[in-house]
Amino acid sequence: MGQTLFDKLWQVHEVEALAEGQSLLYVDRIFLHERTGSVALNSLLDRNRSVRRREHAFCTMDHIVDTLPGRGDETLMPSGRDFIVATRSAAQEMDIRLFDIQDPDQGIVHVISPELGIALPGLSLICPDSHTCTLGGLGALAWGVGSTEAEHALATSTLRVARPQTMRVHFTGTLPAQATAKDLILYTIRELSAAGGAGCAIEFSGRAIEQLPVESRLTLCNMSTELSAFTGLIAPDEKTIEYCHGRRFAPEGDAWSQAIEHWRSLQTDPDATFDFEHHLSVDNLKPQISWGTSPQHCIDWDGSVPRIADAPDDASAAAWRRAQDYMGVTGGTRLSDYPLDAAFIGSCTNSRLSDLRLAAAFLKRTGQRVAKGVKALCVPGSGQVKRAAEAEGLDEIFRGAGFEWREPGCSMCFFAGGESFGREVRVASTTNRNFEGRQGLGVRTHIASPLTVVTSACAGYLLADTPVVDTAA
Amino acid sequence: MKPFIRHEGVAAVLPRDNIDTDAIIPSREMRTVSRSGLADGLFAPWRYTDPDARAADSDFVLNQAEFSGASVLIAGHNFGCGSSREHAVWALMEYGFRVVLATSFATIFRNNALRNGLLTIQLAPDQIDRISAWVRRDPQANQPRIDLEACSIQTDPAAEAVPFQIEANAREMLLKGLDEIGLTEQSLDAIAAFEVRDRALRPWVYLTG
Repeated sequence: MGQTLFDKLWQVHEVEALAEGQSLLYVDRIFLHERTGSVALNSLLDRNRSVRRREHAFCTMDHIVDTLPGRGDETLMPSGRDFIVATRSAAQEMDIRLFDIQDPDQGIVHVISPELGIALPGLSLICPDSHTCTLGGLGALAWGVGSTEAEHALATSTLRVARPQTMRVHFTGTLPAQATAKDLILYTIRELSAAGGAGCAIEFSGRAIEQLPVESRLTLCNMSTELSAFTGLIAPDEKTIEYCHGRRFAPEGDAWSQAIEHWRSLQTDPDATFDFEHHLSVDNLKPQISWGTSPQHCIDWDGSVPRIADAPDDASAAAWRRAQDYMGVTGGTRLSDYPLDAAFIGSCTNSRLSDLRLAAAFLKRTGQRVAKGVKALCVPGSGQVKRAAEAEGLDEIFRGAGFEWREPGCSMCFFAGGESFGREVRVASTTNRNFEGRQGLGVRTHIASPLTVVTSACAGYLLADTPVVDTAA
Repeated sequence: MKPFIRHEGVAAVLPRDNIDTDAIIPSREMRTVSRSGLADGLFAPWRYTDPDARAADSDFVLNQAEFSGASVLIAGHNFGCGSSREHAVWALMEYGFRVVLATSFATIFRNNALRNGLLTIQLAPDQIDRISAWVRRDPQANQPRIDLEACSIQTDPAAEAVPFQIEANAREMLLKGLDEIGLTEQSLDAIAAFEVRDRALRPWVYLTG
């Protein structure tokens, strides 16, 4: 019987089979950040253990570091400096490569790891961060772990992993022009539920996936964790190979030829089977916006917030009621009925150059500015993204339209005690989580694509950029 | 890691699905580079009407007298979804929880729990409902007894114990309080041999310097 892409990746990395479907898997790359990596490094130091392969371990400052111009070790988060200093000192002591605050390649871990060629197709990569599944978009076996598992990987170059079940989500049809990879993944979560991929390695396939540029594939796989999946995967193709070529830590010369030969074998065989299979049509996919406090609480941008009376069961009714109370929305209304207070473009989901280009192109094409009273931020995902955007003049477009233009980092994707939007502030956000309090106490987060967020920022209410249909004609 | 053999204690019922780790321990409550100092921030957004002032919300289960001293948590499906922060497990344990019963768990949370001696038990929805109903009748008196050696939960003494399943290796790790790194260090030769084979197959993986 044929193998799936996941089966092939698992097999290549299996050091030894343990009992009950567990395997000792080889970990090719470890990435840490100052939020949770600091704990893993400190713990390793405390126990007098060393990093087994320091050249395969990397670290960045992204979660806690400020994104305001002129930033340094001091942070708006009260004890943020402690995390930064502890991470730097541990990284130095362990002699692992750190992309420190002033490093030109500093940025959000899941933005810089593909950008620098640290994440590559066919590699296994772990990070104490749930969005590590982003790198599945390259065809890497990448998954999020806790600090103790990160410590295990640092000390042994391996992890003991229970083999996940496999799932294929196959998209049929062609993605409409106004729908982005973000809309595709939000729609998938809406259809499958926030636990719909529980414990599975999910392969995304279909023509819509083949047509997606690599950065969009990263966006799609990024939110696999919002399906509660082990990871998401997309088979590498020629676009992926071209994307990886020439990156700082990517192989060169003969090693490159050997690598791409291996990568081309990383496809699901035609006769392979999955434990679960879903088919979703994307022909009529509309831009998606979340209305509630779970990523599964999504609707078409012009749809209605569900009525509690229509909930399928008591548990959903209770969850919807809590969510609607928190979000200050009512069943039966449209999201465009509520004034917007803020807009955020950034995060490991949507802070790459293509995301910024998409939003800036809207501003340039329409000549619109951010609506009065709306606080709008654009936070590039990395130093490289920021410089490339500035070279194209995107920063001027954003600033000219009323957006703040920030330094790279996770910024207000989550609230660590520093910057926040404020209670009951309604935010259109390109981030990945709309959990209660995620962006700050009482903040009402609506997740959407960069195009929907920029359109909403200018309108002053939640709105998608859709072509005007001339009904008179 | 402290071994887990059996535990009997007050159970708190929090019948919600998709309880995420941001709810269990918000990022703003993770103030130090350590595994401790987290109990106060456990469920902060739900436990306090004003988390900054630590004003207790009397409607929340952990603030209700009948559930005081809770060390077993009963929840819905997909418990621990979201962020990979191990702080969620450390916060639960520092507060005093030793066991979480739920209809399902997010994988990273479950892995983190196992590595810290927090027992997670997956049960069918009707089992959760029955245990919850029994607990609620008198939470201080009706304390479930969880036996990891026997893989069973004793509730009402008149009723039969509820059996549960757990992988043998996870069970052994918990029973013996094993350090997983120590276990894997026994495979260091196998890891080195793997690298020799793998380097021939995938030389491009191995960086220098």
